[in-house]
Amino acid sequence: MNRRLFSALFSTTAAVLTSWALVSGIALAQTAAPTAPAAATTGEAPDAMIKRLSVDVLETIKSDKSIQGGDISKVIALVDSKIMPNVNFQRMTASAVGRNWRSATPEQQKRLQEEFKTLLVRTYAGALAEVRDQTIAMKPLRAAAGETEVVVRSEIKGNGEPINLDYRLEKTDTGWKIYDLNVASIWLVETYRSQFSQEINASGVDGLIKKLAERNKSKSAKATTS
Amino acid sequence: MKNATKYIAARAVLVTATAGFFLISGCATGPNANPSDPLEPLNRTVYRFNDGVDRALLKPVATAYVKVTPSLVRKGVSNFFDNLEDAWSFVNSVLQLRGVSATDNLFRVVLNTFFGLGGILSVADEAGIERHPEDLGKTLGRWGVPSGPYIVLPLIGPTTLRDSFTIVLESQADPVSRIDRAKVRDSTKVLRVVDLRAGFLKLDGFLDDAALDKYTFTRDAFLQKRRSSIYKPGDKDKVEDKDEDFSKDVKPDNKEPAK
Repeated sequence: MNRRLFSALFSTTAAVLTSWALVSGIALAQTAAPTAPAAATTGEAPDAMIKRLSVDVLETIKSDKSIQGGDISKVIALVDSKIMPNVNFQRMTASAVGRNWRSATPEQQKRLQEEFKTLLVRTYAGALAEVRDQTIAMKPLRAAAGETEVVVRSEIKGNGEPINLDYRLEKTDTGWKIYDLNVASIWLVETYRSQFSQEINASGVDGLIKKLAERNKSKSAKATTS
Repeated sequence: MKNATKYIAARAVLVTATAGFFLISGCATGPNANPSDPLEPLNRTVYRFNDGVDRALLKPVATAYVKVTPSLVRKGVSNFFDNLEDAWSFVNSVLQLRGVSATDNLFRVVLNTFFGLGGILSVADEAGIERHPEDLGKTLGRWGVPSGPYIVLPLIGPTTLRDSFTIVLESQADPVSRIDRAKVRDSTKVLRVVDLRAGFLKLDGFLDDAALDKYTFTRDAFLQKRRSSIYKPGDKDKVEDKDEDFSKDVKPDNKEPAK
């Protein structure tokens, strides 16, 4: 009996999480772009922007062996210089924190953003090693003209099943900004929402900051010893 | 045949027991409980148990398997089991009236079985024919059966009440469990589990790194994925998620009033 039950052990979740883990890294990397020249930000369609960024970043990673090797400082530099200018990370963090964001002090909000960013970067740095010969295909944009919030859909094609990669974007004065990311049908923000509120319910906003900071520290310790 | 009856009985007991647990612990949840996870206290216990089994047994075996087996052989093993899955996906695509998925899945099975040495080579992958994994739980979901609460089954892992029933049925339809010779059947099953586990060894570090709470992370990722995999783009009944901008509420020029 046990053996039969084993046959399904963890299968679904594991498959889901694996593809998510590996592709999230690629996805985050793909959202990067050269620090935007002014011309690129005016009137560019959101899907055109994602396409441009994806292609550019994929090339950057493919041509840099140390990023593929998961060199944390290189990855952080890439994220800061190329990805972050195209992301509304404040909104992303606020979304993950939920209602409690509004009662947090500006200092707490700043700390939350910093720690959340570090968590994501460190987590996904390793996945960049998986970037090889993947290509990206855009899906038709279904949005009415004049909309300020859109979902851009794309697909990563490599070996086997293509993996969906969607972005939520909002229109700002300086062009479209990403504020959520969906890899293989899992939204990044939603996945952190319950975990964050769990921590806040137990020990407040400061408790969450502390937990994130501890997590990030223990990881950098691990990275230097291994 | 007697064996089969026994298995059905055993499986039925398991599911009934799970449903029973659900009824009992339904009342035993705190104020912060997630509405889709009324069984959280019990689920967490089972999750820890599964995790322990994995660490003590499955992961070491899968790690050894990857070490001693050439990757070409492992690829063949994966392809073989994928092919069996594709056949079942074909049946379910038909039950869900999904033409493209059904056609692709059928072509995959035919190509891989007849031109890929019984599924060991994936000719269909080379030809660029997509996989569309479907199962009975998704078929029921497609026809409107609600998923019910989240359940972590011992040794099986995350699922929902609806899908825990279909898992039982599917294990009966599984061609591997119909292999007559017990030795061949059992070793095939073991190989399948090891192959599955080997496929996501890379994941282990990721979950440790990414999750503040591995249980919650796994649950939320699983439920999102499962829910959205039942709908396809273009389905009329697909509900688009709304996302509130919490960062904007403090600004005076906010369009939406604070709730």
